[in-house]
Amino acid sequence: MSSSKASRIGEETRIDKVNAELVTLTYGTIVAQLCQDYDSDYQEVNKQLDKMGYNIGMRLIEDFLAKSGVGRCANFRETADMIAKVGFKIFLNVAPTVTNWTSDNNQFSLIFDENPLADFVELPDDGRAQDELWFSNILCGVLRGALEMVQMQIEAHFVSDILRGDDTTEMRVSLVRYIEDEMPPEEE
Amino acid sequence: MSYYFTILSPTDTPVFNIAFGTSKSGGDGIARFRFPDTAQYMNQFIIHSSLDIVEEAQWTNGAMYLKHVDTYPPAAAYISAFLTPSGVRFLLLHQPPQLSNSGGSSGFGASSILGSSSNLARGSTSSIAANPTSPQTEEAVRQFMTEVYENYVKTAMSPFYKQGAEIRSPVFRARVTAAGKKWL
Repeated sequence: MSSSKASRIGEETRIDKVNAELVTLTYGTIVAQLCQDYDSDYQEVNKQLDKMGYNIGMRLIEDFLAKSGVGRCANFRETADMIAKVGFKIFLNVAPTVTNWTSDNNQFSLIFDENPLADFVELPDDGRAQDELWFSNILCGVLRGALEMVQMQIEAHFVSDILRGDDTTEMRVSLVRYIEDEMPPEEE
Repeated sequence: MSYYFTILSPTDTPVFNIAFGTSKSGGDGIARFRFPDTAQYMNQFIIHSSLDIVEEAQWTNGAMYLKHVDTYPPAAAYISAFLTPSGVRFLLLHQPPQLSNSGGSSGFGASSILGSSSNLARGSTSSIAANPTSPQTEEAVRQFMTEVYENYVKTAMSPFYKQGAEIRSPVFRARVTAAGKKWL
């Protein structure tokens, strides 16, 4: 399946949308509350966001497949296009760029030109948030959860974020392995 | 012209302060108040003393921009005010430069009508910088206030900003500075 076909599906799949500011403010509040709850332990906040995303992703994949009607991807490159041009497009109405593939086709980057989660956001100026907090870390968890449900174990993390003063917002996604159907351990 | 801009929360807590000078007609954007540097609190004193008048003026019409509300003649300080619907006050103190030449005692309180005519005669381009009560100045201040208001809304929407707390964001400060440069 070509990537242009993926963008077409992304354009044509219509699902109910909510106001962008509602999403931004709700998500912002969650992150701010987490920072407060964990006493600005940003490593822990990242972890919690990832965990929340994971739980969202495991449910969201079902919704995604039902609404978009796409089938199985033939390879990881196709999966990447699907994520960027269909997944992000229908749920967040953005289409990040897929780039920086490694030669073994197992790692790629998603570059976000815009990030609806981070509108209006300025990280706290306590000197640490700029270096430690990945504000949109929930997205990593969503990808991890969603792909795990379709037999792909991946690892995703942000490598740069405009909020931190970087030029781009970039997420690195690497395929760890395809999860084979495993026989239950033999009982004897 | 030198400017002192303050944002007050509805409970009269100062949340943001900035002093800057005019960038129009050759100004370098550096504030030069008539008080010595050690007496900059005078700006805050004057600006806060205008709050009573702002509160009187705020119900007179539906506009958010209240224009020039108060004058403090001893320091030739003019105060313009802008209200947000939630009761946040933007106050701008402007003080024309002290001119050494004879025609330029423009800013002193009651003589402002005379002052404005002499200023207009000297050069129309400097009207914003030298005449605090002219329509051009009111308009420039309105544009400035509106732009700051837009940026204030964005800043207040940041999830890490606590309502009523001091605005520490360097981005906001830079944008206010830019708005000052653009309109004043």
